[in-house]
Amino acid sequence: MSVAVASQYLKYNTKVARSRATSEPVWVRWTLIATVLVFLSLFLFIPLAAVFTEGLRKGFATYIAAIVEPDALSAIKLTLIAAAIALPLNLIFGLAAAWAIAKFEFKGKSMLITLIDLPFAVSPVIAGLIYVLIFGLQGWLGEWLSDYDIKVVFAIPGIVLATIFVTFPFIARELIPLMQAQGKEEEEAALVLGASGWQIFWRVTIPNVKWGLLYGVILTNARAMGEFGAVSVVSGHIRGLTNTMPLHVEILYNEYNYAAAFAVASLLAFLALITLALKSYVEWQAAKNAVRAEQEIE
Amino acid sequence: MAILKIKKRNNILPGFGLSLGFTLFYLSLIVLIPLSASFIKSAELSFPDFWAAVSSPRVVASYKLTFGASFVGALINAIFGLLTAWVLTRYTFPGKKIVDALVDLPFALPTAVAGIALTAVYAKNGWIGSLLEPLGINVAFTPLGVVVALTFIGLPFVVRTVQPALEDLEAETEEAAASLGANRWQTFHKIILPAIWPALLTGFALAFARAIGEYGSVIFIAGNMPMVSEITPLIIITKLEQYDYAGATAVAVVMLVISFQLLLIINALQWWMSNRLTTSK
Repeated sequence: MSVAVASQYLKYNTKVARSRATSEPVWVRWTLIATVLVFLSLFLFIPLAAVFTEGLRKGFATYIAAIVEPDALSAIKLTLIAAAIALPLNLIFGLAAAWAIAKFEFKGKSMLITLIDLPFAVSPVIAGLIYVLIFGLQGWLGEWLSDYDIKVVFAIPGIVLATIFVTFPFIARELIPLMQAQGKEEEEAALVLGASGWQIFWRVTIPNVKWGLLYGVILTNARAMGEFGAVSVVSGHIRGLTNTMPLHVEILYNEYNYAAAFAVASLLAFLALITLALKSYVEWQAAKNAVRAEQEIE
Repeated sequence: MAILKIKKRNNILPGFGLSLGFTLFYLSLIVLIPLSASFIKSAELSFPDFWAAVSSPRVVASYKLTFGASFVGALINAIFGLLTAWVLTRYTFPGKKIVDALVDLPFALPTAVAGIALTAVYAKNGWIGSLLEPLGINVAFTPLGVVVALTFIGLPFVVRTVQPALEDLEAETEEAAASLGANRWQTFHKIILPAIWPALLTGFALAFARAIGEYGSVIFIAGNMPMVSEITPLIIITKLEQYDYAGATAVAVVMLVISFQLLLIINALQWWMSNRLTTSK
């Protein structure tokens, strides 16, 4: 649910009272609810619970040991570095793309939006592959790079590039519909009152889209820290050097070190839960703001 | 680029050149140029070689598994996703808000974590696998495991596209149907389902498209036996590890072409959906 949808949601949720003619008998209702809960348990709740119980199976001491071990710590560090580079770059891109697309009319706009969506349609494995084809030893720039002793693939730059690619559309995708819905009257008013371009951007546009922006940042961060397929292709799996947290989980798992694998995995699962909590909070705030704005108009 | 020239219709806001310029630059650098690299690389192969790489029996078996399991997973999600969206928009029950938030878990949970968790749960000695084993059903390390993983990662799509469509339905139309003598099933079948159909189809297509490219959650639970439980993304990785760059790229190009077509279909569906919503108001 995007922020735009969330505000709709709150609006419509206020008219819940349904008459008997447009609702189902009690037994139908509870059968449907039970079916849904069983389905979600099989695919979501039980696997999620398994991550934590498997991680703690050999006791709390083993759990902690698996996380503070040097290879795990270096994987955590690399994951944080990759997210810390990918996030601001995609943030700047998202803001620039949304500004151009939402505030101006130009030919080829819908084509541009489709192209921004492309990374969503590309398999993560292929996302990794394309960078190997360019920067790998047999790749376009391979020889040139090796002459200068620059490593991209099987090194940190490759991991960062793959992370940028898979998280590329998230922020732009969130901001474009939001800024389109808001129009440009407020910015034009600011301009008439003598504000400079950057002043308009920082004082009018950003405050207006701050919840959507935050929402996009949260999603980007979650995906950046959790990406597996794309990073797996470009990383080369060098322990302690080019392993991110998800790759470290895979190595431990393939070594049958299940307790340690699930311990590190539980950190990522915990991160996912925080992401969901933040996301719900942002949706709730955005919906509240939308309702307040509507009341002010009325 | 001439096609991107601004229509000069008294737009007074600044920053068009800068923002569009940066957008195109960054898009080309990160996405367009690297993607075209794969097409150019595959052109290094002669057509018979290309055809041999993408149509060997092992690769064809992987297409069948990838597309078959993705289709079944998306279908399961269409049915249960619609049901989930229905229950979340229409009924109240304790813990509903938490359930609603957790539906997005597959978006937030790293795929590798999902993969090992599903394997642990559905393996013969796992919580659910041990219950299914006496029935003769093996999930982990079989094609069925692939379906389970692909159902997991596609789960939020149908729920999140159908939910707003269900909320947008006017209660009045259902009341009218009831007052004209329709029972609930008829109302659902003849009034509600046609109205949310575009959203349901979009959700299905999104879940399907996501499942085709999925790698992380599948490889742990699939068992990865050639010809039986090996997905196409894994074929690409295997070829890469054998330094068969051209072969890996050829299979990747086949997948890219299919993914792009799906993207176009999804765009058309979304356009249909938003048209439906605006005309109904």
